[in-house]
Amino acid sequence: MSSEFAFVLTLVTVISAATPLLLAALGELVTERSGVLNLGVEGMMLAGAVSGFAVTVSTGSVALGVLAAALAGMLMAFVFGVLTLSLMANQVATGLALTIFGIGLSSLIGAGFVGIPVTPLPKLHIPVISSLPVVGPLLFSHDALIYLSIALTVGVAWFLKRTRWGMVLRAVGESDESAHSIGYNVIAVRYLAVVFGGFASGLAGAFLSLSYTPMWIEHMTAGRGWIALALVVFSSWRPLRLLFGAYLFGGVTILQLYAQGAGIGVPAQIMSMLPYVATIIVLTVIAAGPWRARLDAPACLGKPFRPAT
Amino acid sequence: MLPRIERRRELDHRMFYLSPVLAVALTIVTGFLLFLAMGYDPLQGVFHFFVSPLLSGYGLAELGLKAGPLILIGVGLALGFRANVWNIGAEGQLTMGAVAGGGIALALWGVDGFWVLPLMCLAGILGGMAYAAIPAFLKARFDVNEILTSLMLTYVATLFLSMLVYGPWRDPMGFNFPQSRMFTESAILPVVLAGTRLHLGVIVALLVAVTGWVLMTRTIIGFQIRVVGQAPAAAAFAGFSRTRMIWLTLMTSGGLAGLAGLFEVAGPIGQLIPVITPGYGFTAIIVAFLGRLNPLGIIPAGLIMALSYIGGENAQVEVGTPQAMTGVFQGMLLFFLLASDFLVRYRIRLQAPGTPAAARAEAPAE
Repeated sequence: MSSEFAFVLTLVTVISAATPLLLAALGELVTERSGVLNLGVEGMMLAGAVSGFAVTVSTGSVALGVLAAALAGMLMAFVFGVLTLSLMANQVATGLALTIFGIGLSSLIGAGFVGIPVTPLPKLHIPVISSLPVVGPLLFSHDALIYLSIALTVGVAWFLKRTRWGMVLRAVGESDESAHSIGYNVIAVRYLAVVFGGFASGLAGAFLSLSYTPMWIEHMTAGRGWIALALVVFSSWRPLRLLFGAYLFGGVTILQLYAQGAGIGVPAQIMSMLPYVATIIVLTVIAAGPWRARLDAPACLGKPFRPAT
Repeated sequence: MLPRIERRRELDHRMFYLSPVLAVALTIVTGFLLFLAMGYDPLQGVFHFFVSPLLSGYGLAELGLKAGPLILIGVGLALGFRANVWNIGAEGQLTMGAVAGGGIALALWGVDGFWVLPLMCLAGILGGMAYAAIPAFLKARFDVNEILTSLMLTYVATLFLSMLVYGPWRDPMGFNFPQSRMFTESAILPVVLAGTRLHLGVIVALLVAVTGWVLMTRTIIGFQIRVVGQAPAAAAFAGFSRTRMIWLTLMTSGGLAGLAGLFEVAGPIGQLIPVITPGYGFTAIIVAFLGRLNPLGIIPAGLIMALSYIGGENAQVEVGTPQAMTGVFQGMLLFFLLASDFLVRYRIRLQAPGTPAAARAEAPAE
């Protein structure tokens, strides 16, 4: 019974570790499907994390905090959109700028919030069901953002595959010229996709500072934004595979934490390298393996587009 | 009058060089407003951030000290960016260069000899190169995205250095602090300006920038780098090897970053500690762009970004602004630069409504 309990508890922490990756990667997936490469995920997550934390502490409302985080991510993404979509700046350089700026801005805003406790996101408690053994803690005792991340994944999968606007978004990413010539506003679609990416990254940041480790720590994303970017490649731009990838990486994160806790004689630093090394290995396997998954990349990814006037 | 945006027939070269100046000016203006909004005296803030560090000999020496690594790394990165090879893991290569060169210093601890320092420099370069070889190999062999791999390796390098100074390389007499022994004299870079911390590294950085400029503008290799980046199809047709460019640019930028790391630990720091850089590897990305990916332009760009570090510290002491201002200014500067570059390729015209015909006549044929 107790080992079963420990197992369930482990799975719950895996879900928790996977959620920020899933949210951020899902936003980037939509952005990339529209043909835009935004390398600023890390910066947008940090903006979300610090805004969510600051607003929650200042107003006492965690709901307002989550809202602020989403807005902060969207605002950052909008700046990226103005530069790359309207001013035709290089997407790689602008994404890096967004990350550098996000790291600086978040530590500036967060300077007054270091070491302050916050009431974390409440776990939703459903009478009876949440108390069921195994299933209760595993499926029915999470906070709202975890459920939202899964609902959003299914929603995005449905949107991209089954709706007309999802098809327009994919068309814009696969062939901007054709989409433009049949009358779709390529730039407007890309703006929306980029801002959605910011929304999801902002939520991912809020999850970090309000649920995963409910406090503000400078640069607390620790490379998760970049791992999310790698996950999008891993998923070959498909939302449901992304869900699998994010939970796999959540597992790796928790595995190294447990191994550190168990004290298996390997320096803690070696264990901490695991998620980063795993990312490199996964990217290599994807690129070198027989699946040739990267061939699924949206054809216009990273290419600027300006309608001829 | 409606503003109308037109693509220029060719790039505006004047604007190409004016754009960084415009970006710096916009950053200072925004900084003024930011200080005002945060409740600091904006004039004092701007003065102590951007001006007063330049008014003392000590400040200027510190400027050179911090510009050195930025220029070294920036030149290497610029070569890569020109060839569309995005090494953004210079921070990790810097760390590994410091580990390799610092390892030599610790192995030869107490050994006297003029050859110790050159050996350390060599190890620093090789350390950085070896670390950059990982993304280079993965990119050249399997086409794995070098942006993600080089960045992931930065986190790994930081953890590796931390493991060494918390573990086997910890100073036995260091009261358990996570730091190595102080390097002995033969392993410390000579100071070039008595009374300051300015060391030989800054001269090396300037020489590297000039060499980089000669390489880019006067040699066939530089020509190949530019063609591979700008017109990959033409480069392939001409038989320029993309694989060779990947290796060449990543080895150069990795080696220079490694040397910069060695200069930090053999210069102002004098030992190995868990954190040896305030993000030089990342700031050098901004330096490369601000310097227009031109090795000579990277010299003033490196000085400007060095000012953002010293100005940040100075304003912190004098006005009490948070240390994080440095990062905000650096990010803002790159944003403004990227935005200003729009004017290199496009022009904005004011045009009276109702005269589209005249405008159309002038529009470039695309």
